[in-house]
Amino acid sequence: MSDPLLSARGIRKSYGALEVLRGVDLAVGRGECLCVVGPSGSGKSTLLRCLNLLEPIQAGAILFEGEDIAQAQRSRAAGIRRRIGMVFQNFELFQHLSARENIALAPIRVKGEPRALAMERAQHLLAKVHLPDKGDAFPDELSGGQQQRVAIARALAMEPALMLYDEPTSALDPETVGEVLQVMQELAEEGTTSVVVTHEMGFARRAATRVIFMDDGVAVHEAPPERFFARDASVPERLARFLGRLEH
Amino acid sequence: MPFDSPELILRYLSSARFFDAALMTMLISLCSLAGGMLAGLAVALAQEARFAPLRGLAIGYLWLFRGTPVLFQLIFVFNVLPAFGVVLSGFACAVLALSLNEGAYMAEIMRSGIGAVGRGQRMAARALGMQEWQVMRWVVLPQALRIIIPPIGNQFIGMLKLSALVSVIAVEELLLVANQTASSNFRYLEALTAAGIYYLGMTTVFMVLQALLERALRRRGRAAAIRKLSFTQRMLGATADAGRVR
Repeated sequence: MSDPLLSARGIRKSYGALEVLRGVDLAVGRGECLCVVGPSGSGKSTLLRCLNLLEPIQAGAILFEGEDIAQAQRSRAAGIRRRIGMVFQNFELFQHLSARENIALAPIRVKGEPRALAMERAQHLLAKVHLPDKGDAFPDELSGGQQQRVAIARALAMEPALMLYDEPTSALDPETVGEVLQVMQELAEEGTTSVVVTHEMGFARRAATRVIFMDDGVAVHEAPPERFFARDASVPERLARFLGRLEH
Repeated sequence: MPFDSPELILRYLSSARFFDAALMTMLISLCSLAGGMLAGLAVALAQEARFAPLRGLAIGYLWLFRGTPVLFQLIFVFNVLPAFGVVLSGFACAVLALSLNEGAYMAEIMRSGIGAVGRGQRMAARALGMQEWQVMRWVVLPQALRIIIPPIGNQFIGMLKLSALVSVIAVEELLLVANQTASSNFRYLEALTAAGIYYLGMTTVFMVLQALLERALRRRGRAAAIRKLSFTQRMLGATADAGRVR
């Protein structure tokens, strides 16, 4: 990877005495879909929130589009976040707005897009996530899978260079997981650069260009999916144990 | 009860003097509520501020205005400010004192509403590139406002009644007018009944408006945020504890 879109070097993050990230390195090239897997509490979600500056880091560098953003001031951090979309485990759609308004809010208020244009683009995005007729629905009228797809559309509305997914299917009913993964895979195939923290090994196998295994605040192993999930000596023992546990 | 009481009550009810006084009561209440909401919002936001002296100032305000009787604040504003060269009309004094007092209570209501909007909502807004004030303006406050409508309704009804205190600084509001009318002919029953009917009429109108507003907002954005209060609870002035919004 000659010129990664985003790269992080030696990220350290602690909450008080608890060190959650202990020197994480990672790089995402344009058009890549990087999956991050690992046991709960290994620091995956914290890592994502550090990458788009929602959480300050204690040490390390984050290079996004060639510039170090790790120590950006608050006001500039907001500008950087416009270019990085994020999808949360609990969707976090704005409860007082309809699906279409959820999608159009940031383009209107942050980018200053005319309302009519933003609403029209929101409609296109709804179609893209296969919810063309849910524009007027409010979040509590939608299923979990539908809400998460609206949340993906909301992030896409800012036309981000990078999408971060934080366990996007962990809070979903099993029957709606598929529709969300489907949308994510379509986006990845269109070349949307993304970092996906997930427990869905099937998705990682199908859609990832590379998979990273995190354990105890460190990126332990990294490989393309076919080698990552291989059952041979190249797979470190910790990862083999983790993958073994998932099968039971 | 004298045989002509009903007639006299009706005469008071339809008199320009009582009507104007009721209007004054309504005006003082509305202005003070608006002032109180502005002061309350400012204080609630100040308590959230990263700048510590601002937080200290907000706490000092709450301490001062919740810690002294509102009647004391009224008399203080009316009698002490002129000594410092600030001469205000009785009406302005009334609105100023009641607004400042109301602000302290509103601040706590607003703070609870803001606190009831989950952290995840703010994080999602920040992740979209919003500045902190935009997060507050477009995501947190609209949801908080829906949550705090029932307690604000309480405050308004309380304010209508609190405004009777203003009679001590000679503002021609409902209670003062009723009292003056009665003391001229000693027909207290009739004058006070007329005033009471006006008070009940105004609170009733407001309760209906509040119910309509809640229903309209519920239809737009169903956000389980607005907890339904029974009629009895409302009559008893129960404060709705804000429903949690994710």
